[in-house]
Amino acid sequence: MFIELLKIELYKIFKRPRTFIAFGAIAVIILLVQFALKVNGKDFVEFYTDSQADTFDIPFDKILNGYFVCVAVLHMILIHVPLLVALIAGDMISGEANLGTLRLLAGKPVTRTQLIMAKFWASTIYVILLLICMAFFALLGSMIIFGTEDLVVFKETDMHIMKSGDVIWRFFAAFVFAALALTTIAAMALMFSVFSENSLGPIVATVCVVIVFTIVQQLQVPVFEQTINPWSFTTHMLGWKGFFYVEKNAEGATIPGSIENPAALVRSGLILLGYIVLFLTISIRGFNKKDILS
Amino acid sequence: MKQRLLFFFAFSLFCTQLPAQAAKELLQKVKAKYDKVNDYTATGKMKTNVIFIKAPIANIKVYYKKPDKLKIKNENGVSFIPKGSANVNMNNVLGLSNFEAVESGTEKVAGINCKVIKIFPLSDEENITRATLYIDEARLLMIKSVISTRENGTYELLMTYKKYAEWGLPDKVELSFNTRDYKLPKGVTIDYDNGTGKGQPRDTKNQKGKVEIDYSSYEINKGVPDSAFN
Amino acid sequence: MSDVIRVKDLSKHFGELKAVQQLSFSVGEGQVYGFLGQNGAGKSTTIRMLMTLIEPTGGEIEIFGMNLRKHRKEILRQTGAIIEKPDLYKYLTAKENVRIFSRLSGVKASEKQIMDQLSLVGLAGRADSKVKTYSQGMKQRLGLACALVHNPGLIILDEPTNGLDPQGIADMRQLILHLSRDLHKTLLVSSHLLSEMEMVADHMLIIHKGEKVVEGKVSELLDPEKTMVELLTPDINSAIAEFKSGPWQRHLKEPVKGTVRLECNRNEIPALNKYLVEKGIPVQSLRPLNSLEDYFLSLTKV
Repeated sequence: MFIELLKIELYKIFKRPRTFIAFGAIAVIILLVQFALKVNGKDFVEFYTDSQADTFDIPFDKILNGYFVCVAVLHMILIHVPLLVALIAGDMISGEANLGTLRLLAGKPVTRTQLIMAKFWASTIYVILLLICMAFFALLGSMIIFGTEDLVVFKETDMHIMKSGDVIWRFFAAFVFAALALTTIAAMALMFSVFSENSLGPIVATVCVVIVFTIVQQLQVPVFEQTINPWSFTTHMLGWKGFFYVEKNAEGATIPGSIENPAALVRSGLILLGYIVLFLTISIRGFNKKDILS
Repeated sequence: MKQRLLFFFAFSLFCTQLPAQAAKELLQKVKAKYDKVNDYTATGKMKTNVIFIKAPIANIKVYYKKPDKLKIKNENGVSFIPKGSANVNMNNVLGLSNFEAVESGTEKVAGINCKVIKIFPLSDEENITRATLYIDEARLLMIKSVISTRENGTYELLMTYKKYAEWGLPDKVELSFNTRDYKLPKGVTIDYDNGTGKGQPRDTKNQKGKVEIDYSSYEINKGVPDSAFN
Repeated sequence: MSDVIRVKDLSKHFGELKAVQQLSFSVGEGQVYGFLGQNGAGKSTTIRMLMTLIEPTGGEIEIFGMNLRKHRKEILRQTGAIIEKPDLYKYLTAKENVRIFSRLSGVKASEKQIMDQLSLVGLAGRADSKVKTYSQGMKQRLGLACALVHNPGLIILDEPTNGLDPQGIADMRQLILHLSRDLHKTLLVSSHLLSEMEMVADHMLIIHKGEKVVEGKVSELLDPEKTMVELLTPDINSAIAEFKSGPWQRHLKEPVKGTVRLECNRNEIPALNKYLVEKGIPVQSLRPLNSLEDYFLSLTKV
């Protein structure tokens, strides 16, 4: 029955025009970024390398390759994708309540836990499809438009260069991690959705929480860095970037296939999983106790 | 033993007193050896050791053409090649026309007794402002050089010779140079905090960077098209 | 005849508000059970408790002889319901809606079964239209198709004629009678259009402020021997005084909102009228309250 429920939820999601707004928005944003980088890519790379221009010959053309563009695109849009995820997941229960179909659903021979889980997995599948769409446009599209080369990732205080043959698996891992991060957002939006009767509330609440925690994280002040940030999900949601931080050996050369701090990524993944479990538990308990009055 | 010591003392004294002309002569001899090479294409591996760069070992090609064209290319990847790497070409120094050369004794570099010669270009138009060369007089090879440039700071080159010593071409070059601070504004990259940078505010100012090139082969005097230097 | 629904001492409190209090009733197999009450009387709350949408504060519910809490799935599999407005997925077609609700009920309805249901409610011609293009009446009928697609034994309809035009109300009435008489379904139908219930229900329960007012067969509750007669007169005090002292004393009931009420046989009304004329009491109207609506009002108006 659960599979049947899941199929129904997915059917409903993909029958709604608003679902495709997210896919369309992602495609448009990616194409815009690719176009901008195709035209003004050198300026973009210069921004990162300006301080080293006197010391090194900067291979602008080679740096501006498909992999680099894909990382740039992910960097730019993954911060905003939670909004797109919230649009769907935040509407999962409250949207049905608003539409009046929640009472029909809850009056059917399925448990409320099954309903929540079906909606959660449907949201997760939506997130995965969104990321596949992103991978298609951002990775494959950029590879076609810009070609492939070694990947240079610019961090605040250092830069990491990876051989082109050592990159694709990192993208795959990064997308998997991003799926976990966005599923956390979906679980949170679903949780808010359980306690709301209208669609807008959970969506706004989710986006507000993400914005607040992101700002707290960006402030980089000790009072937050030692208290909130180590446990804030927005800190760990950036874990996808960790797959592009490479480790070097004693002689300073990067180690192919390495990750700078895999233990940190595992920890981040576990913390995000913990959040998902927490949000789902609250959702299930809340929904099971909820009197459906809509 | 006494005789030996006496001889060494006398030789040292003689050396320090060597006039500039003698230094220039030695340089001419070295240059004559290097001049046997009209062009070359070398393949090798480049290792970058800069505090803020994590780079893989790069397979590079080095193109040279007399008198002063030199290009290091990573044809199958991305490398940040130090601008001072042009000084791998000794003709940059040896080709100077208007300079003063002063010999300042000998020094052991990498186990080799070298003659130390200081060069001061006299023209204001030269990029090189000062150079100290450590020359293996017996083999007429440049073992080490410290070159100060007007635009790119000071570079130190350490060269090891084996197979191509007769051409004056090193099997290994270590290029040390000063790096500038690398720090992007906060909030631009929004890094993932994986704990590796915590509690250790790293000073990227006034740090030395190093690039090592291990040459595996040279193709000497077989012609290099000008397009290779683009 | 066994009971399909048996409710005992059912209560639901929302904080201080006692929406349903100690409500007990039973619905027999094959009955059309009218569930009557004013808006806010507690009908929908009761129905939501029957559909497990609301957790009761107290009491027991048994459906098909099984405890609702313990056998929720088995019971809901055999139950179809429209609760308040027939809200469906507007962005889906009628056919898609019926298919979804059949699957939610554990039945994989075939294309033919879906079309049969839509034909039953007169929507076969619009099966592929999106619900957002439907009128209120069409949505109501589609809601019924969704409630019936898995062939439930018990059908619960909450205000099924709400928002319908006269033709829609007549169609719904015919459908309810068809379900009961031809398909032998048990129906619990709530409505505030009581005249409609009078025409379809064989049993009824009237609740007011969450409490049972009366329950029984419609034919017994509307006994022609006990017709309520309402007298409207400008001189109500004289009329009451005359009734209290005269032969109509035993028929006199409590006055309601400026009217005098008497319980009597229908054929006694002319005599009553004659008596009033003889006593010189001006009569503006003398009206038998013979509909369920009037009956309901007579019981619940204060």
